[in-house]
Amino acid sequence: MRKESVPFMRATFWKVLHRVGIVGLALIGFLPFGVLGVWAFTRAWYFPDGLPQEWSFAGWQWALHPGSQVRSAFGQSLSIALITTLLALLLGIPAGRVLGRQAVPAWIRLILLLPIITSPLAVLMGMQAVLIRLRLEGTLLGVVLVHLIPVIPYMALVMGSVFSRFDLGYETQARSLGADPWQVWWQVTLPLIAPGMAIGAVFAFLISWNEFLLTFFVGGGRVLTLPMLLYSLLQGGNNTLVATVALLSVLPGWLALGGVSVCLGQTVGVSPTEIRDGER
Amino acid sequence: MNSLRGARLSLLNRYGPLLPALALVGLLYGGGLLLALAQSVGLYGLGASGLTLQGYGELLRDPEVWGSLGLSLGIALVATGLAILFGLGLALGLRGMGGWAIWLGQLTLPIPHLVGVAGMLLLLAPSGWLARLAFQVGWIASDQDFPLWVNDRGYVGVLLYWLWKEIPFAALVTLTLLRSMGRDLEQQARLLGASGWQCFWAVTLPLLRPGLLATGILIFGFVFSSFEIPFLLGPTYPRTLPVLIYQRFTHINLEQRQQAIALGLILLGVAAAGVSLAAGVLGEVGSRLGRGKQP
Repeated sequence: MRKESVPFMRATFWKVLHRVGIVGLALIGFLPFGVLGVWAFTRAWYFPDGLPQEWSFAGWQWALHPGSQVRSAFGQSLSIALITTLLALLLGIPAGRVLGRQAVPAWIRLILLLPIITSPLAVLMGMQAVLIRLRLEGTLLGVVLVHLIPVIPYMALVMGSVFSRFDLGYETQARSLGADPWQVWWQVTLPLIAPGMAIGAVFAFLISWNEFLLTFFVGGGRVLTLPMLLYSLLQGGNNTLVATVALLSVLPGWLALGGVSVCLGQTVGVSPTEIRDGER
Repeated sequence: MNSLRGARLSLLNRYGPLLPALALVGLLYGGGLLLALAQSVGLYGLGASGLTLQGYGELLRDPEVWGSLGLSLGIALVATGLAILFGLGLALGLRGMGGWAIWLGQLTLPIPHLVGVAGMLLLLAPSGWLARLAFQVGWIASDQDFPLWVNDRGYVGVLLYWLWKEIPFAALVTLTLLRSMGRDLEQQARLLGASGWQCFWAVTLPLLRPGLLATGILIFGFVFSSFEIPFLLGPTYPRTLPVLIYQRFTHINLEQRQQAIALGLILLGVAAAGVSLAAGVLGEVGSRLGRGKQP
């Protein structure tokens, strides 16, 4: 009896240890969020105290009161990210169709991919000069255009992978049944590529939403997005405000990711290179 | 003439849908690159004085530039190596678990860098939560005793940040690779008598190598050219290359501005060279090994 139960017990011991280890790692990984989460609900929390003495909604009151900087930064971030996503879809879908269906010369691919392989820091100053010439420096449109630079390559890649697995037969069939090109696009192509579009759109939104360096340079301090606000708060040192804005910055990303993975019934968030390789 | 026009038309038909995207990237990014190049050799902008490579010459003689380059490369290499190593380990550990593991790993992906930095500062700073915890437990008597982990010369805070951000990423990619790979080949190896370690070394790792390599290149490029993390979590000296570029660009002395642009191009060159070297050399070695192992 006993002899048999020992290997069994050893197996469960390792299994439990394995689980405990994973949960422990996850907890360590979430520590920075935990600290942010606690700080966002305190007013002041001084050094030796492990836990705050007093909880407070002061940070949220400050963030949500009408006319607050947080509100306008949130709105501006949201509109920039949404416009960027929309434009990226408009430019990226046709580009992706070409990339996914045809042999495209390597140098064209290279130009399209250059912005995500190389550092934006090198070209930022030149890009700034271009925008000054176009009189777009420090404007919302200028920021959107600059955000499109890293976003378009991602969108083109994702849509390219979608179109490389797209069966053109559906379109031909619809055409031969008498549909005009618009009907084919609206009723056949669009529904078929919609899941890929959703993934691309989430990526585009997140890249634009999180973008700091490009806004920092090109916005000229005049376009206040949430990352810009968080940056200036980090310099200021009011931890409650920092934590509040930090939590607000995380929210849309989680919502977008969660929404898409629920709608598509699959996990998103894997890098586009994976999607390109047709892993799912 | 007619055939030429026909050829042009068919070219337009084939690649026309690419044009809007290409035009935008070409105008802003390509234009920016060209202007930066022109500015760095003195052909454009404030203080343009005709073609000169003086800016580059000065930079190459500047020991601070070499120090920053070495520092940036070192941080990127260490962060990439550790992230891949731990990410692989984590992915293997999570392999038997349900889909929630992938779901959990994704939660840190959309986090803006500045949010991560804020969390790290509140956690690791001398008055941060870990220091408070250490005080409560009795390990330290005051915040002076806590080791300096942010804005420190050893770049511990920067490295910890990158590990926190990139290990889940590497694990997530590896996990999807593992799932798409299936277990058939490994089970076969085990049936044929391979030990767990042999199976991992001879079957699992070679199958994962291209994916791991691609992930490593992504992480390396990201860490090497990142600005905000060393700017906010690193010390004021020594500086990484991107921080050095920023400081020279915002310097009151306009000559430094030109240098900053040249430095930016050097950064780009090093990153591109590193990435293509890694992709070329390792990719070729990998494929050659792979070919050698084909039955």
